[in-house]
Amino acid sequence: MRTLLDIAGLSVAYGHVTALHELSLAVPEGGIVALLGANGAGKSSLLKAVAGVVRPRGGRVVFDGRDITGAGVPARLAGGLVLVPEGRRILVSLTIEENLLVGAHLRRDPDGVQRDIAAIYDRFPNLGRRRHMAASCLSGGEQQMLAVGRAMIARPRLLMLDEPSLGLSPLFIGHLFALIRELNRDGITILLVEQNTAQALAVAHKAAVLELGRIVMAGDPAQLAGDPRLAEAYLGRAAGEPAALH
Amino acid sequence: MTGYQSGLLVILCFNVIAAYAVYLPMAAGQLNLGVAGFMATGAYAAAYLTNEAGWSIGAAVPAGGACAGLLALLVAVPILRTQGIYLALATFALGQVIAAIFLNLDVVGGAAGYPVSAYAGPGAVFAATAAILAAMLLLSRTRFALYLTAIKSDPVVTDLMGVNVRAVQVGALTLGAVIGGLGGGLYGHHFSFVEAQHFNVALSIFTVLYVLLGGVQTVWGPLVGGAFFTLLPEVLRAGGGWRYVLFALLIIGVMALRPQGLVTAGAHWRPRRRAASRAPSRTSGHPGPETRLSTEVSGS
Repeated sequence: MRTLLDIAGLSVAYGHVTALHELSLAVPEGGIVALLGANGAGKSSLLKAVAGVVRPRGGRVVFDGRDITGAGVPARLAGGLVLVPEGRRILVSLTIEENLLVGAHLRRDPDGVQRDIAAIYDRFPNLGRRRHMAASCLSGGEQQMLAVGRAMIARPRLLMLDEPSLGLSPLFIGHLFALIRELNRDGITILLVEQNTAQALAVAHKAAVLELGRIVMAGDPAQLAGDPRLAEAYLGRAAGEPAALH
Repeated sequence: MTGYQSGLLVILCFNVIAAYAVYLPMAAGQLNLGVAGFMATGAYAAAYLTNEAGWSIGAAVPAGGACAGLLALLVAVPILRTQGIYLALATFALGQVIAAIFLNLDVVGGAAGYPVSAYAGPGAVFAATAAILAAMLLLSRTRFALYLTAIKSDPVVTDLMGVNVRAVQVGALTLGAVIGGLGGGLYGHHFSFVEAQHFNVALSIFTVLYVLLGGVQTVWGPLVGGAFFTLLPEVLRAGGGWRYVLFALLIIGVMALRPQGLVTAGAHWRPRRRAASRAPSRTSGHPGPETRLSTEVSGS
């Protein structure tokens, strides 16, 4: 499978604190790659560096064959690299529709934007019904749907999701992972950062585990799910305990 | 209209114009505590152009606004590097520096003030205020206004959506300074006199209060806040010497009861649209539990 995003030797540091140590990762086109790991492992830093909001200390980011290491956020967005940030970050003082319009900032085809907004309302009827209401009136799950919708308006080829299930009800988490599968079937490559390890492994085609800014395990999700070290650290069960119990 | 009424209305107009100068950057979350400096720039520049260069008022006042805007553009980049309270302090200091420069500039009269020979009557002030209000209403329907609110709400995410946050902020501060400069130029030509002492800290702070009191959520906020602040002390005149005490208490009361300002966007209170206008054609959606529930409720 063709590589859409190629991260090579990427280092990110905040002052003296190093968040990523020469990390390399390839995201194949059309795939779902899950990044797992504890808080502070560097998962969010990786996504931010790829999105262009954090400048890396070293290394290269190649997207669709182009070196974008020095590119700004707008150039990356225009190329189809879109991040849904952690905590949803809905613009609460704007209406639902205005949130989507901000997401469409770089697009120059108003008719296409209107069609895409209508498609988002079809997908999430609850957003459509309340399109002229302040986004603050949405529930946590609906806000996450709006955050995904706002990213979809930018026409992503690679959608990066930072902890999308954080703070959602179990039912909504189920809907969210179904949505991720569906977007992927529509042809969008997904790079998913999750603490919800079991769900992330179930949906991903490839997974990597980060620890202190380095990839410590990577490979087939099914294999990783059976790995006793991962089970112990992130799935909350003792090594050797059968997975069926959970 | 009596002289008192038209005089009061003129002051109201100047306060409202100043309020819009503060409103634009504040809509993007930036507190400009130096608006008096931009007004002074516009006042002195326009007065100089009519007095010494023989310009008409109609040309000199916009030129004064342009001068204030140019000054804002020059200082915006270094000033907007600061944020929050430091930005407020930087604009505060800028306003003081500008006023102090004019106070020592002998070519425009220095501390003695600067008489202005050309006169703009109340009608010109009303017309200019209406034009600025109309321009603000038009602006509020643009993407630029949307981005201002987005930046105030969350600058990081707005940047993530590809909006050039810095450019929008510089634009808001500059456009606000242009409006402040227009107001200053008009002020000098209406009262036939410009003195640096008028453009002091109190003017800047009161103007910020008009905007905070009116609210920054909609374009009507500064108008309502400015009018409230101008008219209320007049209404309280019956209270004699106690009127400023009453006035201060009322301000505190309004701030405590409506911290979001007198005028709010009201998006919460807009009537729910009937689902019938957009039948939820769930082609491929995964509506959450809440979604299903409210579909049933509103469809029944």
